[in-house]
Amino acid sequence: MTGRRWYAPWLFLAPALAVAVTFFLIPFGNTVVLSFTDASTLGGGHFTGLDNYRRLLSDDAFWLSLRNTALYLVVVVPLMVVLPLLVAVLVQRRIAGIGFFRAVFYSPVVASMVVAGLIWSWLLSSDGLVNSLLRAVHLVAEPLPFLTDSRLLLFSAMAMTVWKGLGYYMVVYLAALANVPRSLLEAAEVDGAGPVRRFTSVTVPLLRPTMVLVATLSAIASAKVFAEVYTLSDGSAGPGGEARTLVYTIREAGLGLGGEAGYASAMSLALFLGTLGLSVFVTRLNSREQQA
Amino acid sequence: MSAPTTIPLADSAHPSAPAPRETPAPVTPKPRALRLRAAGGTGVRYLLLLVVLVVTVGPFLWQLSTSLKGAGESVFGYPPQLLPHDPTLDHYASAARTVPVLSYAFNSLLVAVGCAVTNCLFGSLAGYALARMRFRGRRIAFGIFLATMIIPFETIMVSEFLMMRSLGLNDTLVGVMLPLAVTSLSILLFRNAFLGLPREVEEAAVLDGAGEWQRYARIALPSVRGTTAVVAIFSFVFAWDDFLWPLIVLSDPANYTLTVGIQYLSGTFTNDQRVVAAGTMIAVVPLLLLFFTLQRYFFRGVGEGAVKG
Repeated sequence: MTGRRWYAPWLFLAPALAVAVTFFLIPFGNTVVLSFTDASTLGGGHFTGLDNYRRLLSDDAFWLSLRNTALYLVVVVPLMVVLPLLVAVLVQRRIAGIGFFRAVFYSPVVASMVVAGLIWSWLLSSDGLVNSLLRAVHLVAEPLPFLTDSRLLLFSAMAMTVWKGLGYYMVVYLAALANVPRSLLEAAEVDGAGPVRRFTSVTVPLLRPTMVLVATLSAIASAKVFAEVYTLSDGSAGPGGEARTLVYTIREAGLGLGGEAGYASAMSLALFLGTLGLSVFVTRLNSREQQA
Repeated sequence: MSAPTTIPLADSAHPSAPAPRETPAPVTPKPRALRLRAAGGTGVRYLLLLVVLVVTVGPFLWQLSTSLKGAGESVFGYPPQLLPHDPTLDHYASAARTVPVLSYAFNSLLVAVGCAVTNCLFGSLAGYALARMRFRGRRIAFGIFLATMIIPFETIMVSEFLMMRSLGLNDTLVGVMLPLAVTSLSILLFRNAFLGLPREVEEAAVLDGAGEWQRYARIALPSVRGTTAVVAIFSFVFAWDDFLWPLIVLSDPANYTLTVGIQYLSGTFTNDQRVVAAGTMIAVVPLLLLFFTLQRYFFRGVGEGAVKG
């Protein structure tokens, strides 16, 4: 279909292109440029070459954030790949009331991260529900410092991430499970395979592409984690900011009082390369496994 | 339904099978035992469903219960009390007195409705051009939209802040809205929806002399109502729930959206958990209602956005 006026398509595209260029491409280009300068958030700045990147290598806060973010990823991704799949299998069969269960399991996805954070910080506070339940069954004598110990804070945030993402990936898996041919499962059943065996030998291999997708999505989301840690710690990222993540440190460096836009931009590019690398890595991994 | 039917079917196939490798101890199937086993399986399934239910919905209920507990009632969970003895709505009123929750909610509503409208309008326009028009530079335009999907917002937030400041839009709701005004996901969803429409109708319209705008507005857009609903809902929820960007761009508490405002409420008045709980309920209940009424669009959106995208 050829338009009669050459500019007609560009009129259709204009608003979307304007937003994409003004609020994504130009800021991205600017991030690259700033990362080679000593610009402050107020303005100014001179070209300083690779100074910001050199400084990154010896910045303890950066390495700490990198370690925390990596730990986040290593713990959360496997949980996100496995738990929602199990829940999806649980809600797949159309038994009575299943629509209700599916909807309720999805509801944490709808809540904002701030709401989730406030709900969880109340649950996990020293006199909150979780600690009193643990004490009621005499698992612990003293309340566990879920929110005031940096390491525990990080794990609490991970638990919240999983809680909030469970329903989303459950729906992704449900869509994929609908494509698993029933005949294959029934054939396996006739051959005497029990439910567990049918799941591991038929369903899981067929779902591999979806599992890779979920791993990629949750890995990128983990690399960018911020709101969980921020809301659970009232903005402090734990005592001394010990539970800081990359995005937390970027925001602190670039936007606080005396923000260093140049240095924060170098850190931002490190995060960008990290997320890009993650998706390339997972895609490679997948294509190699499919060849084998 | 399928559990009771498939299990007896499979087992009744065993006696007629030529050579069962491992002959089960009871050769004759026992229908009653099987039915019991199937019922047991369904029972276990419901039990597991209940466990997941408690984990997913329990935190919401505990917060709701806290927000309704009277001032004289202990909210600390030792021993935990789910049902308030003396339920009251007072804390909702004091949450509204402490911070302007209603005006925050109104700000959030403006931003979220604005984003829903712009994503549907601009997203469908761009998606239509990409799906139905042939022109030089189409691949470049498509590439630009894909590129914005690879750039995580978190990596450009500092420059985004500088950009908004140079546009004079810092600390305004327009500034909160603009980066979310039309996402590449919306464009792709519309593009795929338009690609799925039969071409014949539009070709007939061309013969009748309809221009691009008429084909888009009269034929194509009315045919993708489902996608429009999905994009509207997802843009609304995304904008309503967004936290990091409003936190960066808004500085005057009077302009806060609900997410930033609720965090502010908890930072200022952590001493009364009942009030904070009421505030979170105000922020989440409208969305939960929206979700439970329109859930099929939510599920469709996740399926289309994540699996195909």
